[in-house]
Amino acid sequence: MKQGKIIRVAGPLVVASECLGAKMYDMVKISELGLIGEIIELKEDMAFIQVYEDTTGIGPEEPVFLTGKPLSVELGPGLIGSIYDGIQRPLDVIRSQKGDFVTRGIELPPLDREKKWNFLPLVKQGQEVSPGDFLGEVEETPLVKHRIMVPYGSAGKIVEIKKGKFSIEEIVARIQTENGLKEMKMYQTWSIRKNREVYERLMPEEPLTTGQRVLDTLFPIAKGGTACVPGPFGSGKTVVQHQLAKWSDAQIIVFVACGERGNEVADLLLSFPDLKDPHTGRPLMERTIIIANTSNMPVAAREASIYTGMTLAEYYRDMGYSVALMADSSSRWAEALREISGRMEEMPGEEGYPAYLASRIAEFYERAGKVICLGSDRRMGALSVIGAVSPPGGDLSDPVVQSTLKVVKVFWALDDKLANMRHFPAINWLLSYSLYIENIKGFLKNQVAEDFIAIRQETMQLLEEESELQEIARLVGVESLSERERLILESSRSIREDFLHQNAFHPQDTYTSLRKQYLMLRTIIHFHHQGLRALEEGRSLDEIVNLEVREKISKMKFLPEEDSDMLEIYIEVDNTFKKLLQSKE
Amino acid sequence: MYKEYLTVSNIVGPLVIVEKIEDVKYGELVEIESGDGLFRRGSVLDVSTEKAIVQVFEGTFGLDVDKSRVRFLGRSQQLGVSEEIIGRIFDGSGRPKDRGPQIIAKKMLDITGSPINPDARDYPSEFIQTGISTIDGMNPLVRGQKLPLFSGSGLPHARIAAQIARQAAVLGKEEKFAVVFGGMGITFEEANFFIEDFRNTGALERAVLFLNLANEPPIERIATPRLALTCAEYLAFDLDMHVLVILVDMTFYAEALREISAARKEIPGRRGYPGYLYTDLASMYERAGRIKGKKGSITLIPILTMPEDDKTHPIADLTGYITEGQIMLSREIHRKGIYAPIDVLPSLSRLKDKGIGEGKTREDHADVLNQLFACYARGKEARELALILGEAALMDIDKLYLSFAGLFEDEFVRQGEFESRSIINTLDLGWKLLHTIPRKELKRIRPEYLEKYYSEEK
Repeated sequence: MKQGKIIRVAGPLVVASECLGAKMYDMVKISELGLIGEIIELKEDMAFIQVYEDTTGIGPEEPVFLTGKPLSVELGPGLIGSIYDGIQRPLDVIRSQKGDFVTRGIELPPLDREKKWNFLPLVKQGQEVSPGDFLGEVEETPLVKHRIMVPYGSAGKIVEIKKGKFSIEEIVARIQTENGLKEMKMYQTWSIRKNREVYERLMPEEPLTTGQRVLDTLFPIAKGGTACVPGPFGSGKTVVQHQLAKWSDAQIIVFVACGERGNEVADLLLSFPDLKDPHTGRPLMERTIIIANTSNMPVAAREASIYTGMTLAEYYRDMGYSVALMADSSSRWAEALREISGRMEEMPGEEGYPAYLASRIAEFYERAGKVICLGSDRRMGALSVIGAVSPPGGDLSDPVVQSTLKVVKVFWALDDKLANMRHFPAINWLLSYSLYIENIKGFLKNQVAEDFIAIRQETMQLLEEESELQEIARLVGVESLSERERLILESSRSIREDFLHQNAFHPQDTYTSLRKQYLMLRTIIHFHHQGLRALEEGRSLDEIVNLEVREKISKMKFLPEEDSDMLEIYIEVDNTFKKLLQSKE
Repeated sequence: MYKEYLTVSNIVGPLVIVEKIEDVKYGELVEIESGDGLFRRGSVLDVSTEKAIVQVFEGTFGLDVDKSRVRFLGRSQQLGVSEEIIGRIFDGSGRPKDRGPQIIAKKMLDITGSPINPDARDYPSEFIQTGISTIDGMNPLVRGQKLPLFSGSGLPHARIAAQIARQAAVLGKEEKFAVVFGGMGITFEEANFFIEDFRNTGALERAVLFLNLANEPPIERIATPRLALTCAEYLAFDLDMHVLVILVDMTFYAEALREISAARKEIPGRRGYPGYLYTDLASMYERAGRIKGKKGSITLIPILTMPEDDKTHPIADLTGYITEGQIMLSREIHRKGIYAPIDVLPSLSRLKDKGIGEGKTREDHADVLNQLFACYARGKEARELALILGEAALMDIDKLYLSFAGLFEDEFVRQGEFESRSIINTLDLGWKLLHTIPRKELKRIRPEYLEKYYSEEK
């Protein structure tokens, strides 16, 4: 292996000389300890290396080993259910071999080399295959059929295909290609900084349902779409991300805990094996990959972690799955970028972030999308990306927030004030937006209800009016408002408290299906309409507000997912108003 | 035995630049002997083939370029630990300060520590009763949590921290526990307050103190919290103790970090603090926690004074992003003469959900907590409204909330410095206040608990 020599060490940045021949983003190993690093700048024979581990004790004159290969991940069966650090080292294996603390210079294969998988061939001898075609499949977990695909760049005729139990190092197929015979194993490697190829990109048109009422009904994200959740600390970014990881109807979840709290990762690890996916009834861990590079783990590996996660997510998308990637938090990734950039003495842009921050963020989110995958069956896959952003002081003019908003289509604005009132999820309904409504309109009308969009529209309008009326009430007092306007205030309060407010820790409230969301909202709006009518008929606001059925409306969210209960309340609203209107006549 | 260098070329702020060096490693501990024979220590911040940049813990006062002798010790800064460390007081660099003997080390530990493998972490779920209603009832603390106190100058954070250290206990358990105290840049009086309080309550026998006072070298402060946490790790994971770590005042720590960064001419981030402040703070805060299969735990309460009570100041802001919530002190409540002046609305405990409820505190805890928050928030809104429009202009229901907010501050928040309320008392007190609000307004409470705890006649 080619070797260079260290000439400078400054925290996570190491500079080495005698590195001619090294390429940008090649992986290197530092000193006899074998710390892993990546080349991020070349200058004459000098290489600037960001090191993914603590560099204490490393000094000039020590060797740098050039591997000549880019930093890559292994893609194959065994990924699901794993927990990796930022450069795909298996943290569970590290723990069983090295103890409770992460030490340095650990080199372990990401995928289990011993485990035998039951390989079922999907092609026959003599068949022509091209990149992306399924050679066979293994049952990775009861939820996930892992398709072994022909790697990018290989095409030809199947000479041999096996069936039975193999480990990932064993050969399962041989393909006669133009460049000779190629042996296929069950895993491949891919550079984390390179997009995986697709056949064609499509427009997203199906919602990614999350079971969170404010998201699904008001600000939906599409399968293959992008969203960002910026907010100050304590506003519930992480809970939103966890809720999405738990309840969204993606088939595969990749959760990247990037520079965040260790205890939050522990929470995921301990709760996911017990939590059941509402769509399949299986433990959530059977569809989840966790990348954990907590805030105290090396900074440079944090920078790599979101790319590692993205590459794994793309790999499952290529199999035709709907994948969702959660990155919590992209600000920590940007800070890692800034730290390395500062050590390299680059000219800083805004807030000390490097000038290429915006383009890096755009590149990252652009890897999301709904696609036709490679492979002759023209299957479709989708990769949705949801990034949390933690702006300093909750200030949305922060460069990371602004660069992110330029590329994502859904903005869930978390609001400190709502969080202080313990209104969770603290998503501000006036600031947030979703640009996917037009795309998924058709789906919602066909699959949920014809009037779903209309009811959503009316809800948004009520909330908008509420904020205007509140402004007036604040200036001149509630008395100055007409009864009709005060009913609007009451109805929007009901929307906020009985519909938008959702308790992530309540067993029933934590997840609401689209159908139930529709029924709930329809009942609230129906009450509003009836109320307006009653006012016109000369009933007083107090009479309407004190109707007993309102307590039932407020308890709808705790009811089980049965249509009948919801419909019953809807009818009761009807009857109550009938009674009210008759009572004085 | 070590090579001595007389090649100091530049001294700037807390940094010394040594040239013509050989075989120096990043992070290495350095000993500097000045012309007058005094020893100081430092560590290597940046090393290249020609020179090393050394940060001097004790400051560079009195150092010169030509006579200073520099030795590189071939290891990073360490702390020697043994059981005897308990009950002792050390200075900010880990030297005994109580006239006691040197510790005979059983183990030498690197003070930067290693990150806990996230896979090895156990989720904190044991409720700690501090006896303070606003913490136990509204923002419960659990073992292994890191929960900072966000304070301002002149607010009684020291008294609250001491009260927590005094009263903290896990319900129904008698276990080995210890307090580790790290003081950075605090005054003699503040340090003395803690020492006296620990002594009077007998807590000193199971406490370890690391003190860097305001007139001691600022650079030493970089090491002080790490010494405290290294000591805590030893007590928790080697000696199976439950350790409460109190770090005061993180603001001074961050300022020391800024000083070094400025001397190195680094590109500053917000308000002159270095861009890596987040990572640096995280490398300490994240050392709190629990480990699967280990008995001990580290619970961390860092205290910081927010300049101008501004919680968007980088130190408070970044701390809030790392820690699992925050306890926010309020000048407004303090002015009303209420102790402990904790503002529950912007306070938060992220780990509460697994630490409360049936079998831990009481079944209705979560709902009561949410309801109290919602009512108090609405009450404060009504108070603002009343300020503008006058109380008479409020709707009847808002008047109820207004009086609720007053009662809440007066009865729930207010308590004695030596009063330890049990969690049951705290919850009952919460219910008593909630009875001033009509039942159908209490939407955050499950019907079955309303049935059980809310009786109309009260």
